[in-house]
Amino acid sequence: MKPEGKRQIWDEYQKDIADDNYFYVRSCVRQNFFPGAEKTFLRYMKQLGRNVFENPSHTTCSGIGYHSDIVPFETAMTMVARQFALMTEAGYENFVTSCITSFGLYTEILETWEHFPKVEEQTRVHLRNATGREFLKPKNLAHASDVTFKLRKEIADAGRYRLVNQDTGEPIRVVEHIGCHYSRMFPNKGVGGAEYPYVLVGMIEEWGGEVIDYPERRHCCGFGFRQYLVKANRGYSVSASKKKFDSMKPYKPELILTNCPGCPMFLDRWQYAISEMEGTTYGENGQGIPVMTYEELAGLILGYDPWDLGLQVHQVPVEPLLEKMGIPYDPEKKFLDIDGNFIGKPKSPSFLKFY
Amino acid sequence: MDNTVIVIGGGISGLTAAGMLAQQGLDVTLLEKENETGGHLARWDRLFPDRKKASEVLDFAMEGLNKVKIVTGVAITGISRQDHEFTVSTNLRDSGYGMQDAGYQSPVPSPQSPVPSTQSPVPSPQSQYTASALLVATGFDLFEARKKEEYGYGIYNNVITSADLEEQFKSGRKVLTSEGKTPGRIGFIHCVGSRDEKVGNLYCSKICCVTGVKQAIELKEMFPESEVFNFYMDLRMFDRHFEELYYEAQQKWGVSFIRGRLSECSENPDGSIILKTEDTLTGKPLKMTVDLLVLLSGFVPSGGTRGISKMLGLQEGTDGFINSADQHSQNNLSGIEGVFLAGAIKGPISVSESVADARAAAAQIACYLSSFKVTND
Repeated sequence: MKPEGKRQIWDEYQKDIADDNYFYVRSCVRQNFFPGAEKTFLRYMKQLGRNVFENPSHTTCSGIGYHSDIVPFETAMTMVARQFALMTEAGYENFVTSCITSFGLYTEILETWEHFPKVEEQTRVHLRNATGREFLKPKNLAHASDVTFKLRKEIADAGRYRLVNQDTGEPIRVVEHIGCHYSRMFPNKGVGGAEYPYVLVGMIEEWGGEVIDYPERRHCCGFGFRQYLVKANRGYSVSASKKKFDSMKPYKPELILTNCPGCPMFLDRWQYAISEMEGTTYGENGQGIPVMTYEELAGLILGYDPWDLGLQVHQVPVEPLLEKMGIPYDPEKKFLDIDGNFIGKPKSPSFLKFY
Repeated sequence: MDNTVIVIGGGISGLTAAGMLAQQGLDVTLLEKENETGGHLARWDRLFPDRKKASEVLDFAMEGLNKVKIVTGVAITGISRQDHEFTVSTNLRDSGYGMQDAGYQSPVPSPQSPVPSTQSPVPSPQSQYTASALLVATGFDLFEARKKEEYGYGIYNNVITSADLEEQFKSGRKVLTSEGKTPGRIGFIHCVGSRDEKVGNLYCSKICCVTGVKQAIELKEMFPESEVFNFYMDLRMFDRHFEELYYEAQQKWGVSFIRGRLSECSENPDGSIILKTEDTLTGKPLKMTVDLLVLLSGFVPSGGTRGISKMLGLQEGTDGFINSADQHSQNNLSGIEGVFLAGAIKGPISVSESVADARAAAAQIACYLSSFKVTND
């Protein structure tokens, strides 16, 4: 491996990311999968002095339906136009998405409008007829991981912990996985391009960790929409994730970092499923490999309480990583809600080590 | 119009044409941007299909150059024309072709500057050369393989290009992996940067197929126990004895040919390379580990070609190579009076074709300077 070769590629895929005043749109599914992630993004943006605005009447972008062939492109464009109208009405120009599929869809639609202005005009007519709204296109479109990448040094400077093993002083070994819709459709819209994306690598390096490449790094996480949404296909989903786990295992990763709604879900949940199906675990001593979103990791670096980040709802326990990083946590509070009420404890898996 | 010619480009086409023109008594100046002449051929070991040493072909071309003024290491900064006389301005090369904002200027008064009368191995920082005819033979560059990011060139240690391999052949050293081991399994990837819409090159680079066959045989000669696989789209054995070489590779040397384009490759912990591809004849995806991967890089118009084209206002085709006045009957004419074309400036071409094309260009220039009609007009 020649790191300088990657850096040369990264230099070619730079991206303008707005520095402040963001109009934020949420994901349909992330609040169910990893409920603390979006809240954590808003929390550290506030801590870093950035203005982020949300309009509670924003909706799904419909990307999940579009990519599942149940929402026509014209409908998707009109719904996205409505989101832009909300941004325009609020006086914002910088549009930030929580979801990777949304980011991909917004990018695809803006590119479509650029190349086919009549389609944009048609969409404006559809929105006007349906809602009476008008919109301006965002001056800057970014994914929330782009924004976090831009602020990675500020997060490190404000941070209390680093991606470093407190016992050995060695960097934590991290595998990163980028959502397909982040840069595979439009490589020049992602930090670092599609083949060797830098957006998560930059965070890992800045926060003290070591990035691991492994042969199936580019392979699907296991979501792949059709692989999971069509129930009969779910075997493909598990086998895709398993292929990645088998490939990364020899490198002994201590964390998987992601920036997509689906990737952390499947890379996390399927470790449990595979352990139940085969008795196979991929971490040390019967543990799994913890899987995190970049918001959760940024929250840990900044010293937020792990249970405030929602890490207790992960299928693969995160305690081994917390201990390596020297992050204190209270096991007694793991399954308490925000008011201190016990929310129930999941049954221990048969093989995956549980805390 | 006098009998002076400036040849721009010192590759095999420029050298051959310059030699031919000088042998006919014309006053020839050859301008080359590199410090040495010979172009790509100077870095190549052996040629297909007969494995003749490239240096022998180059030596043959150099034999006729004793009367040619050769100026190396210069960048062309401008070309102007007055009546039938071209003036080519040069700088010692540190900025490259076209880096300065110089354009084709016609007609403008020609600066009165002396034409160097003798060979000038160390040109002055700024020089001017005049001639009645220009031959542009600025050739090609190899496609920059790292642009196919998914193939890992420049990132994985055991991914090399056909040019890298040829340099290793030329050095006489054994071809080993980056870990110093004999490669047990070697893969060749055809059409890297050619026939590839993703990189914007729809054209076939023509000579990569037979280069892959030749280099596969050479590796089998070096390592008889190694397995060699060529991954191809089509095998275009277009010239004499090429098909025979292809059969020899299979029947005598056991080289395997798999019809399928590489999707991506990755690196194993031991430095070997995993290929993900497809065998399109069996219709199955294929995953294979190789110890060494060779990318057969195609042709792209050279930086020199692009720069000179802009200065002279030559007509570029959709592929970026230069269009001649007529591909069939006026293939060495540029469409601009007194400006001629030779070699790979017009597209991918083999060494033997370059030599023939350069001689044809020289004949056309000699006709033009003798006031014979060279166009259909």
